[in-house]
Amino acid sequence: MAKKRIKSSKGDVAATIIIHAFIIAFAVACLIPFILVISSSFTSQASLNQFGYCFWPKEFSTEAYSLLFKSGTVLPSYGVTIFITVVGTVLSMLVTCACAYALSRKNMHYRGAIAFFIYFTMLFSGGLVPTYLWVTRYLHLSDSLWSLILPSLVNAWNLLLMRNFFNGIPDALSESASIDGANDVKILFSIILPVSLPGIATVGLFYALAYWNEWYKALLYIHTDWKYPLQYLVMQIQKNIQYVQQNAAQAGVVTDGLVPAETTQMATAVVTIGPIVLLYPFLQKYFVQGLTVGSVKG
Amino acid sequence: MKTLPAKTNAGQKMKKSANKSLKPSLLQDIKRNPWLYLLCLPAILFFVLFSYIPMAGLYIAFVDYRPLKGIWGSSFVGFENFKAFFATKNWITVTTNTLFLNILFIAATTITSVAIAIMLAEISNKWVKKITQSIVILPHFMSWTIVSMLSVALLSANGITNQLITMAGGKAIEFYNTASVWPTILVLLKVWQGAGFGSIVYLATITGIDSSIYEAAAVDGASKTQCIFKITLPMLKNTIIMLTIMSVGKIFNGDFGMIYAMVGSNSILYPTTDVIDTYLFRQLLENPSMGQTAAVGLIQSILGFAFVVLCNKVANKWSPESALF
Repeated sequence: MAKKRIKSSKGDVAATIIIHAFIIAFAVACLIPFILVISSSFTSQASLNQFGYCFWPKEFSTEAYSLLFKSGTVLPSYGVTIFITVVGTVLSMLVTCACAYALSRKNMHYRGAIAFFIYFTMLFSGGLVPTYLWVTRYLHLSDSLWSLILPSLVNAWNLLLMRNFFNGIPDALSESASIDGANDVKILFSIILPVSLPGIATVGLFYALAYWNEWYKALLYIHTDWKYPLQYLVMQIQKNIQYVQQNAAQAGVVTDGLVPAETTQMATAVVTIGPIVLLYPFLQKYFVQGLTVGSVKG
Repeated sequence: MKTLPAKTNAGQKMKKSANKSLKPSLLQDIKRNPWLYLLCLPAILFFVLFSYIPMAGLYIAFVDYRPLKGIWGSSFVGFENFKAFFATKNWITVTTNTLFLNILFIAATTITSVAIAIMLAEISNKWVKKITQSIVILPHFMSWTIVSMLSVALLSANGITNQLITMAGGKAIEFYNTASVWPTILVLLKVWQGAGFGSIVYLATITGIDSSIYEAAAVDGASKTQCIFKITLPMLKNTIIMLTIMSVGKIFNGDFGMIYAMVGSNSILYPTTDVIDTYLFRQLLENPSMGQTAAVGLIQSILGFAFVVLCNKVANKWSPESALF
């Protein structure tokens, strides 16, 4: 918006400087915790005890990582998280895109009613207990990996966002295809989806991140160690330092009588957020673009 | 931001009711567009299974739940479960905490999001803008379990905050043993995590403002500060109100994910951080009373829903543009 102006007063220069200072300070504040955690995960426990958390490892060490991978808890959890992220995202996108596309077609007269049926679930919900009982006692999903996927398969907000994307595609595209005799399912997959890649990327990323960050449902439904998704493992490791110490004893990674407990916590955090942080620079434009397009279209 | 798709939804509904007379019956419409309805079916099935059936299950709030008899077989007890929650004085603390924290969260995140959006819009260097925007959004994608891990590095006895305090000659604070600082900490973390992401929608609105308005203002000699307060902020008003109404719907729901991950079972911090949802969750583990928990859940849902409708009504009267429906 700040178009180049012919003259800029002293006040404007001051405002510009303050604005830059603030926004850069906020951005730095956003990064600091990450740097601290990464640095301390590569620090030896002894130096962490002595000097505290620092921005640069005072005494470089990878003991935390070797403990983490030797103890054998991280790899299964990685597997679980990757499974629910991949399978969950694919299923979520199929169901979401199908419904969102139908809701974007003007010749479907009850699309408003269906959209409200979906929207209402954002305003009112049954809450913890009925959902818990329904999922465990009636659907029998307790301790199954599906309990981490199915209860959050479709997100009402994501669906309506996707519909807004599809609303932006000219109807003529679908109509001409249906005149040629293609049915709507075929139109969706062969014509609509290929031209909606930015939208698919945005909504798909939202789903993928939600699955990657899943721990609440694991807290409710999962009781077996090896089925813990990464985020829930992180929680276990943080809540329960003995858990780390046991694992350390089993893996035989105890140096100078010191169990690398805190550094292992930090290392777990690093391996958990690693993929997000590494992929983020390539993906972030979709979040901004997607949300901007999806919401402004309205 | 959750509101934006909803707005269009409302618009469609209005248009629809205008030509109601032309509308075919549902069966006719299904016959005409079988494939479209088929495409909707899986999603509808999902919402029935995982949203509407649990809503019906709220009936459990009115029964003395016995697992063997199931929800519908247990005996009806009226409002006993509701009374049980209000019987101990704990409900006052947790309700106050829930409301207090949520109001702080909404206010702090909204103000910061708007500020970030305005500042980002003012940055003319494309690269600075892009990079700062990417960085401030990143925390949103961290789960609360991760955030609680990050805050250990910030707040523990040998964390960076205490190092700074001692370096400045102050006395180290045992954050994890001091309940009074936690509302501030939680608000800061909430802002850290959500404000950057929240700014996207505001920034989109700002980008949509006709630039000729600013040009005219500049010709009239308006300063940058004046432009922000006299043009940008008023233009953002509707979006701000809309998003606030939406978050008001969750005002009686404590942020379980955040509080449980941050505080966990550290009972020293309960006086200022325990919210309805964490309190009930603990109750459920210690002394399973499904009925009581469901009863409170029902109250939360109804109050939240009523609040949204009420705020929306006020918004409708005050500035119809910003109403949700």
